[in-house]
Amino acid sequence: MREKLNTGFAEMFKNGVIMDVTNPEQARIAEAAGACAVMALERVPSDIRRDGGVARMSDPKMIREIMAAVSIPVMAKVRIGHLAEAKILEAIGVDFIDESEVLTPADEEAHVDKTAYSVPFVCGARDLGEALRRVNEGASMIRTKGEAGTGNVVEAVRHIKTVSRQILELKGLDEAGLEKKANEYRVPLALVKKVQKAGRLPVVTFVAGGIATPADAALMMMLGSEGCFVGSGIFKSSNPAVTAKAIVQAVINWQDPARLAELSEGLGEAMRGLEMKGLETKLAERGW
Amino acid sequence: MKIGVLALQGAIQDHERVLRRLGAVTVQVRHPSDLEGLRGLILPGGESTVMAMYLREYGLDSAIRARVVDGLSVFGVCAGAILLCTEVEGPEGVVSGALALLGVRAIRNAYGRQLSSFEEPVDFEGSPFPGIYIRAPRFIPIGSTEVLGRRPPARGGEPVLLRQAGILAASFHPELSGNDGIHRMFLQSCKS
Repeated sequence: MREKLNTGFAEMFKNGVIMDVTNPEQARIAEAAGACAVMALERVPSDIRRDGGVARMSDPKMIREIMAAVSIPVMAKVRIGHLAEAKILEAIGVDFIDESEVLTPADEEAHVDKTAYSVPFVCGARDLGEALRRVNEGASMIRTKGEAGTGNVVEAVRHIKTVSRQILELKGLDEAGLEKKANEYRVPLALVKKVQKAGRLPVVTFVAGGIATPADAALMMMLGSEGCFVGSGIFKSSNPAVTAKAIVQAVINWQDPARLAELSEGLGEAMRGLEMKGLETKLAERGW
Repeated sequence: MKIGVLALQGAIQDHERVLRRLGAVTVQVRHPSDLEGLRGLILPGGESTVMAMYLREYGLDSAIRARVVDGLSVFGVCAGAILLCTEVEGPEGVVSGALALLGVRAIRNAYGRQLSSFEEPVDFEGSPFPGIYIRAPRFIPIGSTEVLGRRPPARGGEPVLLRQAGILAASFHPELSGNDGIHRMFLQSCKS
């Protein structure tokens, strides 16, 4: 029922940067740098990765404090399939819920039925099938997963390119071909037809997972992303306020290499990155 | 006819689609040089804090104001409308608007957060227009503005579509409604 309001709200994030923040002070830094929304969470993904253990929804008190600290929209994460965490976040009035593989999944069979909520959801995806299953469950926005907390864009690149390629592959398909795809993706034929006709996902699509520099953000826009989530990349850099502002401006000026060069200058040390083959847990493999 | 869309952040492409459907040529505006040859400019929905900051930083605020004196028409939607208002009321109190071209006080997020976003017909030129309000501002006219659209009388009839010379502002999102009527009206004003 609130589909138009919720997918329409996601349109307003486009061409912007959504930043992970862990306290009101960071939220204010993000807002002052030009974030179009913040994601309130207790630990950024790189710390979750380092600490191990079960990662859960953040303390509602901390989320409320962030909501009170800034005037821009505030998002917060729930575990995959955790209906109660989602109800709690809806009750405290967050603007968007991220059903996120960065937290430890609560249900290995089903994601949250997002049509049962008034609050909008964003969900992760590695490919078109995963994205469409989430849209079919009521997601108002998709973010490609990448590999959170690594400062390495290789998976983010893989996922956004996969989604784009698979949308292109629908182009020449006839009725039978589309039906086969709908079966393969486990979604209604009408949804696949909608994507074929529009040549894009029916909801706004951002990238996430590993973006650490202005050049990374510009790369994502070059690959057709509509905006970026930046997690550990900002508050694990040596100068968060300056890095945040440079990444926002890289999304504005992604077609302008001279400006990108200026924005990349003198930022100090970016977050320390990780190689994929050294990872114990691949967060992107959570969810299906 | 060349119409610009401010491209600092927000629902830029949604307006471009409507403008192209109506036969206009669209230009994304990020820096003052992008304003050259434009007959009109749309300030899209998005986050007004982001757009206000980079309007100033990139020198677009004074460049747009100068072009308005020369007859540029401007249409602001939601966050874009906030940029146009002379006064903006937010959590930090009342500040002056980034462009200050419309005699209106805007109250940011006046209806609440996303859960308070709503759909409701706008009373526009005597017929209902699909109104989509997303974390919408409220307008309080403080100058001689013309009210073109209002909320229904039962909801207080407050103004949601305002015009002052070549400046048009909506607190709802016509670009998401599937009805091109308000964009068409804006393009008419760009021609004259």
